[in-house]
Parts: sequence; structure tokens; C-alpha cells
Amino acid sequence: MADASNPATGTNLGRVLIYAALALTCLYYLLPLYVMVVTSLKSLDEIRTGNLVAPPQNLTFDPWIKAWSSACTGVNCGGMRGYFMNSVMFTIPAVMLSTLIGAANGYVMTMWRSRFSDILFAALMMGCFIPFQVVLLPMARTLGVLGIANSVLGLVFVHTVYGLAFTTLFFRNYYITIPDELVKAAKIDGAGFFLIFRRIILPLSIPIIVVSVIWQFTQVWNDFLFGVVFSSGESQPITVALNNLVNTSTGVKEYNVNMAAAIIAALPTLFVYVVAGKHFVRGLTAGAVKG
Amino acid sequence: MVEDALPRLVVAPTFAAALLFIYGYIAWTAVLSFTTSRMLPSYHFGGLIQYANLFDNARWSVALGNLLVFGVGFVVICLVVGLTLAILLDQNIRAEGFIRSVYLYPMALSFIVTGTAWKWLLNPELGFEKVMHDFGFADFSFDWLINPDRAIYCVVIAGVWQSSGFVMALFLAGLRGIDDSIIKAARVDGASLPTIYRRIILPSLWPTFFSCFMILAHIAIKSFDLVMALTGGGPGFASDVPATFMYAFAFTRNQIGMGAASAMMMLMIVVAVIVPFLYSDLRGGRRG
Repeated sequence: MADASNPATGTNLGRVLIYAALALTCLYYLLPLYVMVVTSLKSLDEIRTGNLVAPPQNLTFDPWIKAWSSACTGVNCGGMRGYFMNSVMFTIPAVMLSTLIGAANGYVMTMWRSRFSDILFAALMMGCFIPFQVVLLPMARTLGVLGIANSVLGLVFVHTVYGLAFTTLFFRNYYITIPDELVKAAKIDGAGFFLIFRRIILPLSIPIIVVSVIWQFTQVWNDFLFGVVFSSGESQPITVALNNLVNTSTGVKEYNVNMAAAIIAALPTLFVYVVAGKHFVRGLTAGAVKG
Repeated sequence: MVEDALPRLVVAPTFAAALLFIYGYIAWTAVLSFTTSRMLPSYHFGGLIQYANLFDNARWSVALGNLLVFGVGFVVICLVVGLTLAILLDQNIRAEGFIRSVYLYPMALSFIVTGTAWKWLLNPELGFEKVMHDFGFADFSFDWLINPDRAIYCVVIAGVWQSSGFVMALFLAGLRGIDDSIIKAARVDGASLPTIYRRIILPSLWPTFFSCFMILAHIAIKSFDLVMALTGGGPGFASDVPATFMYAFAFTRNQIGMGAASAMMMLMIVVAVIVPFLYSDLRGGRRG
């Protein structure tokens, strides 16, 4: 509905003002990222004498090296490396599992609908709404009993379980747009449950798989609540380690190392955003609007 | 026969998981909140004692007050900024795709990263304040991060930075969904642009407005990471919110009963805010 021939916005002054406002807000959104990058490339002395927005005079990559391999979080001085790997180790299985199960659920809920699957759908909706605080205490106890408390496996479990509500929703809302006839015809031809799923539904699902994987990846990688409650010490995810690093009050505050560590923690999701931004936005809107 | 059972079998594990890990655990937490549990969970019935203690607790009052300040500030500013940016961006802007990506990238970041970045920007000594000093404003002072009365506003600033781009994206999608012909007809009838916006465009954005409100309110009530990274609930507990309160009592101060009671209160706040909206939405017919 935008219209350049519109008298009110068509004037040159109006256009200039609009572009100026947009450019200024762009700067505002980019400023924190810019400050993080330049701070991470300065020495501590330069940070103290210079200011936030000044570009680095003497470029140094030491903060990055330290953040990755030798910065101390509490008693552990191995940098972010180990925690980064922890996050990779639980994020990948959790994303794959929750997407796969979500796809199967969505398939049943649309192509093999029954009262049972309708009830499940209604029941799962709640999972999108609850504040997770309300399940933390019982879950902590359960993980302890299962012997997977404070482990990467425990985080895979928790993230898979609480990711299911969203992934199921994604696939269900996507499959409902696929014409019934396709599946009905296959059923008449004698194709079974798994054959239809594999040969007809899955090949059509690529776009929604991408959306679901990106959504889950962002959610699980960026999670802090489950990480801080269900893990400790060496098994912590990178978000928790970053928070420990920044908020450890002992010794000199190394802002440059903190910023390098923050960028390291942000890189995987930023990378996904740059590469697949379109799907990222679709996931956000699908997950949010319907959830 | 097998074919009938198979689909049910496939969704059965999810059904069991939802029953146990959502509903079962809510019930479990509810039970804990009615016991006298402290260090260890005990199942000795304590009636409403945990809730009574909770509401007697000064820190909980602060957390609730902060939730109100943060929630209102965050939701309102995000809506205003998001809608404004969407309208500006909807004027046949060159490089729209690029600008949109810039507004939206914070959404890809963890709240912990956002909190870390803004903690540094708002650093009372070396941050934004120093930039202003270097620009010649020697008296400029910005100590909100360590000021007990102002720390919660820092959380609003960082939260708006992170989430307003997303609101913009939703509003922009809403604007693009409006039927062109109505607007053309109004223009033919001689309606001015402000009138068109006020009478046609904004009213038809109501469903989007509604979705944004739900999402933002939800983020606000659950917000935990951002506060932890930015202020840690401090100074003291001046910027505590219910989520940080719950974490502190349930997991670091070992007051399990009180932690459970505060978690139940959070659930009730979510229900109280979201259910009326959801209800009015369902009554108002399906939105697109």
C-alpha cells in the first residue's frame, strides 16, 4: 500500500526526513554491535583512556585469544572453548530430535486426525504459554533421579521436551495447508503410514523443516534459564559461562575479553541469521503469532 | 487395524510427555507451594503459608513493582517504536530489505549477549557517560545501572533494543496485508494521508497489535536472562523481577516452598494477562 505518488510523502523534504529517520535508527540498532567489536579489539589501557565509540588505535586480537582459550569463569580458566562445545553438543541433538518428533506429530494431527490427536494439540498449546519457572523444581528433581543432572544429556532432554510444543505447532500449521486429496489417493493405493510420510509429506516439508530448525537452534543456543538451573561447572552452556565471566567480581574487569566472549557466544545465531534471515523471520512470526 | 493404531502410537510419547512434563509438573509445583518445604522438599501441608510469606517479603514486592514498570515500559515503547518504523519503512524505501535486517538482527542474539553489550554501553564510568564527556559535556552523568531507582529502566532500554525490530516486522507484515483498493477508494474520495492512517490503516492493524501485545507481555513476564546479565537483579535487589526472585529463592537460597509459590504466581500472571486477550480474540472470530 506504499505509494510514492502520494502527495504527503512524495515531497522531497518528506522523503529526506523519512530516510534520515531510518538511517538514524539503523545506527542505533548497529551501535551496540559496533561497540562490542571495537572494544574487543582494544587493549585495556586504550579502553580506559579512549572512549566507547572510538575505533581501535592499536589493533589487538589478544582479547579474542584469551576469551576463547584462557579466560577464567570462577575457578575454571579454559576460556569459552569448552562451553562453546557444550552448547554445540546439546543444541544439535535437541534441535534434530524436536524437529523430527514435531514433524511426525504434525503429520498425525493433520493427515491422520482423530479425537486423540485433537486433544493432544490442545494440550500442547499450553506448553507454548507457561513460564518455565513452573516446571523447574520438579524437572531438577527428575533429572537428578534419572542421573542426568548437570550433564549435556540432561539439557538435550529438557530442550527436546519443551521444544516439542513449538515444533509440533509449526508442522501442524504447515501440513494443514497440504491438500487432503494427495494423502487420500495414496491411502487408496494402499500406501501405509510411514510410506506416505517418507514419500509424500517429507519431500514437501523442506521449507518448514528449515523454519523449525532455525527457530529451535536460536531458542536452544540462546537459552539461559535451563542452562543455569540444570547444569554446573564444566557442563554449562556458553550463555551461562558468558554470564559468569562478565559478572565475576574478582580481579580486574577485562571489558575487551568480555566483549570478545559475547561475540563468540552470538556468532552461531548471527551466522544463521545472515545466511537464512528470511526463514528466521518466518519462524519468529509463525512461532509467535500462533503460539 | 494396525494402520489405525500406528498414528496414535506415534503421538503417544509426546502426549505422555505433555501430560507429565507440563501438567504433571505444574501440579507438582502447586503441591510444593502448599507445603512447608525449605531446604529439601517436604510434603507436610502448610496451607497458604508460603504465599503469605511471599507477599510479606519486601523483595517480592519490589519484583512485582519492577515487573509492572518493566512490562508497561517495554510493551508500550516496543509497540510505538515498532509501529513507527514499520510505517516509515512502508513508504517505498530503497534498500528496505537491508534496513529491515538491521532492525531485526538483535532478535537473533541471546538476552545474555544483549545484556552484556548494554551493561558495557551503560557503564557509569567508561561507557556512554565518557563519550559525552569526551564530546565536551563535562557535567553529563548517567549512572542508571548502579542507581537503585533507575536500574530497571536500563532493562527497558536493552529489552526495547532487542525486541522492537521484531514488532516492526510483524506490523510491516500487517501493513502489507491491507487491501490496496480500500485505500485507493479513500484517496479518490479526497481523504488526506493522516485521515487514511487514522481511520483505515491503524484500525485494520488491530489483529497485529493484538499479537504483538501478547508476545511482548509474555516476554516481559518471563524475562530473566536480560536482568541477570544486565544488573543481576541489583543493586541489592532493586531490579529484581519475579523470574530472578524465583531463581534466587528456589535454587540459590534453598527456599523451595517460596520458590514454588513465586513460580505459581508467575503462571497466574501469565494466565491473567493472556487469557482475557485470547478469549476476546476467539470471540471476535478468527484472525488471518
